[in-house]
Amino acid sequence: MTDVLTNRRTLLIAASVAVVPGLFVPARAQGLAPTPSMRGGANNYLPGAPIVDRIGGGGFWMTGSVRRVGDGVPLAGQRIQIWAHTTEGHERDPHSHGATLTDANGVFRLEMPQIVPAFGQPHGHLAYDSGDFETVFLRPVMRSARDTSLHADFVLVPV
Amino acid sequence: MRIGWADLVRGILVWTGLTTAVAVPVAAAAASPLLAWREPIYIAAGFTGVIALALLLFQPLLAGGYLPGLPALKGQRVHRLVGGVLVAAVILHVAGLWVTSPPDVIDALLFRSPTPFSFWGVVAMWAVFASALMAASRRRWRRHPHAWRLGHTVLAAVIVVGSVVHALLIEGTMETKSKAILCGLLIAATIMAVAKMRGWTIRARRDS
Repeated sequence: MTDVLTNRRTLLIAASVAVVPGLFVPARAQGLAPTPSMRGGANNYLPGAPIVDRIGGGGFWMTGSVRRVGDGVPLAGQRIQIWAHTTEGHERDPHSHGATLTDANGVFRLEMPQIVPAFGQPHGHLAYDSGDFETVFLRPVMRSARDTSLHADFVLVPV
Repeated sequence: MRIGWADLVRGILVWTGLTTAVAVPVAAAAASPLLAWREPIYIAAGFTGVIALALLLFQPLLAGGYLPGLPALKGQRVHRLVGGVLVAAVILHVAGLWVTSPPDVIDALLFRSPTPFSFWGVVAMWAVFASALMAASRRRWRRHPHAWRLGHTVLAAVIVVGSVVHALLIEGTMETKSKAILCGLLIAATIMAVAKMRGWTIRARRDS
């Protein structure tokens, strides 16, 4: 029943868009959707992680990008905070936390110790929490515990 | 005399097999490379979970009176004892994880964790507590022995399924093959014990 209704509604919207082009276009239909925070993303977050060249001894790479919602413009100089359970410490240890800034292309890359499985999954945490855009917490999971890098993309909404 | 020898051999085989099925996964977890990067409290929390899973294998076997040397009545006394140890192990498991990472455990207990195994673990935990409460208040159920047995068996099934899915989905200290075998044996033992009690009859069965 719900499916029928949804289908009818979808059809109606599709039909109206087709009949009157340009009249009914959702604001972000063609743009980049914002990245929602992930469940558990903020766990063991310590605000104000310092910007560092590298967390601990390194050997593992956390990479990603930061763009603006809608038009997808890369955002330079954005501070991304990173933490994880690694070979050098638990998530809650302050020395497991660090931050880095995006470059001119909105790309960030921070070397850190190898992430190891903790609480059932090999995963990392990332935060955008600088105030210019809405706060986003991510918790990507590695495909394999043997991976030596992890990637996460942010699409931020201006405050 | 010949029957005596057969029983002895059977007893040795069953207990050797059971000890191996339980000792191998526990020993493998104790040798996990992940332990090198964990604090003692986290290691202890994980280990109480591993030991609880291993002990759980004995519960259907004890309840069904399958273990040599521990027939129905004696077996049920040990079953009750092991049940109490399981309650303690679950509490220590959750408490140790809570100390290690409070927000992850709070998420799990509130069923909002990103990890699917948390749901199964928490469901199994509540079933363990409910099952123990039923066992402790069995006398109040004496007019409804069938209802008691049905309820306790349903909870036991929830505990076993919840614990098995919880364990299998976790990427942790347990070695995957020995963990899978332990879980398979646990499922098999549970089905065997439940099938024996089919009809939910309280009458003692002497045909086994």
